[in-house]
Amino acid sequence: MAEINIRAVTKTFGKTTIMEGVTLDIRNGEFVVILGPSGCGKSTLLRLIAGLEEITAGEIAIGGEVVNRLEPRERGCAMVFQNYALYPHMTVAENIGYALKVAGVPRAERTARVAETAKSVGLGDLLDRKPGQLSGGQRQRVAMARAIIRSPRVFLFDEPLSNLDAKLRVQMRHEIRRIHNQIKATSVFVTHDQHEGMTLADRLVVMNRGSIEQVGTPSEIYDRPASTYVAGFIGSPAMNLLPGQLVAARRGVMLEDGTLLPLPGGEGLRDGLMVQVGIRPEHARMVSPGRGRFDARIDMIEELGAARLCNLVFEDIPFSLLTDARPALAPGAVVGVGFGPGQTHLFDAGTGARIETGAGVSQTDRNPARLRGAV
Amino acid sequence: MIERTPVLNLATHAILVFGLVLILVPIWLAFVAATLTLQEVNSAPVEVWPGDQLLVNLREAWAQSAFGQKFVNTLIVATGVVLGKITLACITAFALVFFNFRGRMVIFWMIFITLMLPLEVRIVPTYAVAANALMPFQAILDATGLSWLITTLSGIEVALEWNLLNSYTGLILPLVATATGTFLYRQFFLTIPDELVEAARMDGAGPLRFLWDVLIPLSKTNIAALATIMFVYAWNQYLWPLLVITDRANYGMVVVQLSDLVPDQLTTGGGTPTWQLAMAATLVVMLPPILIVILMQRWFVRGLINTDK
Repeated sequence: MAEINIRAVTKTFGKTTIMEGVTLDIRNGEFVVILGPSGCGKSTLLRLIAGLEEITAGEIAIGGEVVNRLEPRERGCAMVFQNYALYPHMTVAENIGYALKVAGVPRAERTARVAETAKSVGLGDLLDRKPGQLSGGQRQRVAMARAIIRSPRVFLFDEPLSNLDAKLRVQMRHEIRRIHNQIKATSVFVTHDQHEGMTLADRLVVMNRGSIEQVGTPSEIYDRPASTYVAGFIGSPAMNLLPGQLVAARRGVMLEDGTLLPLPGGEGLRDGLMVQVGIRPEHARMVSPGRGRFDARIDMIEELGAARLCNLVFEDIPFSLLTDARPALAPGAVVGVGFGPGQTHLFDAGTGARIETGAGVSQTDRNPARLRGAV
Repeated sequence: MIERTPVLNLATHAILVFGLVLILVPIWLAFVAATLTLQEVNSAPVEVWPGDQLLVNLREAWAQSAFGQKFVNTLIVATGVVLGKITLACITAFALVFFNFRGRMVIFWMIFITLMLPLEVRIVPTYAVAANALMPFQAILDATGLSWLITTLSGIEVALEWNLLNSYTGLILPLVATATGTFLYRQFFLTIPDELVEAARMDGAGPLRFLWDVLIPLSKTNIAALATIMFVYAWNQYLWPLLVITDRANYGMVVVQLSDLVPDQLTTGGGTPTWQLAMAATLVVMLPPILIVILMQRWFVRGLINTDK
């Protein structure tokens, strides 16, 4: 168990810079999820921690010790790979025990520890099988057991669930969290799946194009996204963004069609600044035409079971909305869109950065049923 | 694509049967000839059914050429060549695929180009080196003036010499370098996923450990294939043993010995050609490669059924 300190780490491959000036502190025993689209550098960051890639500039310390020049085996990290990377010619027991064999642990102790670890992940009766004879979920468990058995200081997960089917993924997600709660090793988990990130993480790290956009607990990131990028990436369906201009005198944002959206607080806003107003689909309500903030035309309604996702069009901008009701409305109909002033997010249209308006999203306004439908 | 038309089926079978006959008839004729007496084998037309002299001919051929020692020799050389080739090709390909060093591709292409240069092409320089394996070093010393320096300074004349003629080493070493094997291994190693290499690194296995514990077990079928091809190749060597071995009694190889049994003006001295003996010896000499192929073929099949991936 150890904390990880990443200091201004830069990674370049030839002339392309993959990652620039990344700084991140991961606390001892914490479960951190690095979230981002493919190609954002999240896997590279993980591989830099593991020692599978060399750091171009900056430094990484594990447990207070700078590990820049240490081999992977000397860093005390264990890694679970996306494709499991099991040794195809070894049995499950040999796969799990290989690290111990390399480390020169006596056979008797090895056998005992392999049996114990295999049991803890539910592989007890499969020890003599070869990886080729296992299902995807079982292989995943072997990969986990192989990491656990070394009692590492740090667990690294490189999109370990992306090859599983949806049901198994949820199950393994719980399993990973349960194991983490048991052994409490510092864990870094890389994924592009926000549900995995939201459910697993103590703290989320959202990455974009080689740098960190925001670090925070899942609810912090959901409630106060630091940029339009995070706002669009976290939350499903994605947050609606409407362009407009700040009108300080009226403490609101003027949309392109002249609609004024009031803002909570609204002190010290720069008049005339071009902004984007964000509203989460689960925070918007469908009301009668003329009764909401603005009217929009229904383009399509998607049935999600617990809720319905209404894809609307407002001034040629798509706007989505989640509703529990079963609207008896056909595409083309015009409806009103309502939401409270506390449920809007404000971003600078130029930089994409969040503008604090004095009051955050009010917690009481959230509807749990809608959230379930969203996830 | 699989065609399912009777006419095509018939045609493909006809081609197969034709090919089979083409291969089997000479072997059959050799077998028949080996079972006949001297008179029968030299009578026209050619006999197509076997006689009863097989054992007699075998015994005679074996004794006349002193095959016992030569079989042992050939077995030693063939095994040595196979082991050498497998090991050398494996570690060469390992270095080429898993290590990132300057000039990696240049070295690979240099090895690859030698595929086009069989032993027969470079036989004269190879013979020169075999006659004195240290000659290249001597040449370097002479060219750089080092040997002159040593001679003038210490009065000792530098003359490196290591003669490989008439020895197993001389028979084996020049045959060991193998572009084919290196290429085979390289292609296989390239299919090993990077994650497997990284998993081994995370597990704490160094490069040699990874080679021994992961790569070699995974390339078992490759090794078997290479070993089979190379054993037959080494067993059938003719030109090289003919050149480096003058001491036939101690270091002779079977194929060279076999050629001596083939009757010509020199060996029969105008007498009746003893084809029955040559053919009987051929049957014996053919046997080990055939056995190896049959043995290894069963191994391939097992490797193919046990899909570990």
